Amino acid sequence: MKTTLSINPLENEAIYILREVAAQFERPVLLFSGGKDSITLVRLAQKAFYPAKIPFPLLHVDTGHNFPETIAFRDALVEELGLELIVRNVQDAIDEGKVVEESGKYASRNILQTTTLLDAIEEFKFDACIGGARRDEEKARAKERIFSVRDDFGQWDEKNQRPELFDMLNGQIELGQNVRVFPISNWTELDVWSYIQKEKIEIPSIYFAHKRKVFLRDGLIWSFDDDKVYRDEEEIVEERTVRFRTVGDMSCTAAVLSEAADIDTVVEEIRVSTISERGARIDDKRSEAAMEKRKQQGYF
Amino acid sequence: MEVLKIATAGSVDDGKSTLIGRILYDTQSLTLDKLEAIERTSKQKGYDYLDFSLATDGLVAEREQGITIDVAHIYFSTPSKSYIIADTPGHVEYTRNMVTGASTSQASIILIDARKGVTEQTYRHFFINNLLRVKDVVVAINKMDLVDYSEEVFNEIKRNFEALNAKSNYTEQNISFIPVSALHGDNVVNGSTQMLWYTGGSVLDHFESLTQEKIYNTGTPRFPVQMVIRPKTEEFHDFRAFAGKVYGGDLHRGDEVIALPSQQKSRIKDIYFYNEKYDTAARRSSVSITLEDEINVSRGDMLVKANEIPTISKEVEAIVCWMDNKSLALRNKYTLQHGVNKVLAVVTEVQHKINTDFSGIDENVEQVNMNDITKIKLKLNKAIYSDPFEEHRTNGSFILIDNTTNHTVGVGFIQA
Repeated sequence: MKTTLSINPLENEAIYILREVAAQFERPVLLFSGGKDSITLVRLAQKAFYPAKIPFPLLHVDTGHNFPETIAFRDALVEELGLELIVRNVQDAIDEGKVVEESGKYASRNILQTTTLLDAIEEFKFDACIGGARRDEEKARAKERIFSVRDDFGQWDEKNQRPELFDMLNGQIELGQNVRVFPISNWTELDVWSYIQKEKIEIPSIYFAHKRKVFLRDGLIWSFDDDKVYRDEEEIVEERTVRFRTVGDMSCTAAVLSEAADIDTVVEEIRVSTISERGARIDDKRSEAAMEKRKQQGYF
Repeated sequence: MEVLKIATAGSVDDGKSTLIGRILYDTQSLTLDKLEAIERTSKQKGYDYLDFSLATDGLVAEREQGITIDVAHIYFSTPSKSYIIADTPGHVEYTRNMVTGASTSQASIILIDARKGVTEQTYRHFFINNLLRVKDVVVAINKMDLVDYSEEVFNEIKRNFEALNAKSNYTEQNISFIPVSALHGDNVVNGSTQMLWYTGGSVLDHFESLTQEKIYNTGTPRFPVQMVIRPKTEEFHDFRAFAGKVYGGDLHRGDEVIALPSQQKSRIKDIYFYNEKYDTAARRSSVSITLEDEINVSRGDMLVKANEIPTISKEVEAIVCWMDNKSLALRNKYTLQHGVNKVLAVVTEVQHKINTDFSGIDENVEQVNMNDITKIKLKLNKAIYSDPFEEHRTNGSFILIDNTTNHTVGVGFIQA
């Protein structure tokens, strides 16, 4: 028996939110990317419902361009915790002609995920999608609510959001609408890393320094994989010691040079870091309003 | 680590975004790529200084109009605290946003332009801080550089604000006055060499010095039950715990508790946080509680200490801030959400409108529109278990939901 419970206000807030989701919605789902934020959500959900099992499945929208390490990690986690995992593939939407693959130097399947996600929401009639987005990540996300209502087309109307007062979360929706839920809205990147460190949460190996074949473009370090990432012939492949601060698709996630090979050195590196996390996300560089545009279209 | 949430309010030109940008800059919270983006955009716009307001104004519409239109959250930290700034706009029509930002904040910054002094906007911001019982208020008198860093100007504004404060009935509020130049960084994070007559600390110094005791009222513990946890597994066959967040005060193992509405008594058997048991469930912790006896408790019910029962009533008097384009409809059935408990509510009477500039009340109320603050009476289909808002911010507040649109249309503060 422990006498004093030392409180992490952010953790307690997230647990409260996850319990509200389980209580207010019929078919919630946790959007799982295999990244550190969604892994953190899984741990928070374990805590929220212990000793009962996590009362919702995980949904992974697989672009087909994931790092193999992420997929292996996902499968091991699901196995270990006895979770239900639903996988839907962007490749299927491409094959069915619902979306068209981008081509050229900056081709990415990142935007294509939206269609697959919205299809999955419709297929399973999910009414709440729990995601690991944080308000500190990007300017447009700073205005996102904790319960964020999406219309039948998955669209976000940022000018008509419900006010959120005190701890009260209003999850009332019409049929066809769904709510995106962000339990770690108020966490910063460092908060997430510190939590992973303190809780000894396992994360995919690509978050730690490793040798990788990469090439340089626009000052960013891209992974070499000619099947998944477009590369000009003159872009020279070399081996470097790198790690990833954020894990999305291979085609839209840049690496950083780093020797940080374990969680302690990674946390220290983040602490003194001078490039924000999304600086390594190629998809945000397209324009200053890039994220806001994608969100209005239903992107997660 | 402790988290302090600060609501900011200020008119469009008071330099609020610049102040926040300055805080981020001086605490080294702006990352290199963000700083470069600010430098680039400032240069494009032809400024010879860094436009820190670009660090906070997020939405495209805002960048076009140059104003802030919603609540935005900004994060930074010092070695001792994590800070969240809820940045809300200062226009008259956005009372609703200021109320929202203040509802989750323990402290606030009211910005005053030193050239303009106390204005009607100041009245409104301060009024909302009072109404929402925000414990700590910093009155930042900004643009001191434009009034030659004059102590007389500062003192006069301070006197005017104190005259305003005399009209407030919330006496436990801490109010600090700080002369600031956000543009040049005087008394924001660092001190000032221009205003040696000012001997107090900077805005950040002030927030760093705030302890838990200074920002939270200790009250009676309330435990609204979010859900019942029943694993039904081999190992936890008969396990039945009540999950929720503790508000107001601490709960302890062995405490005699009463479940509302059933009024059945029991004792706290175990307090769980994840897979560990604890003696104490501290205020603001999300725990699971098991009881000695099998009593009937479900979502929306509340556990309280047996000798500290809240008001149980189907009639409520409250001050309500209306937040929807559709005005309040008497006799209409709204859903009233009190914590995690939902009941149906009918507004039976609008008693008066409260002017947000401390000028009193208006008994002639034809309509209750967005941003209006009124005192109303409600009748509920089931009793709620509440405390007066001035004693208990969480258990004394509720939201109203329009059942045709599902929008949150109002927030209420329960009166004694």
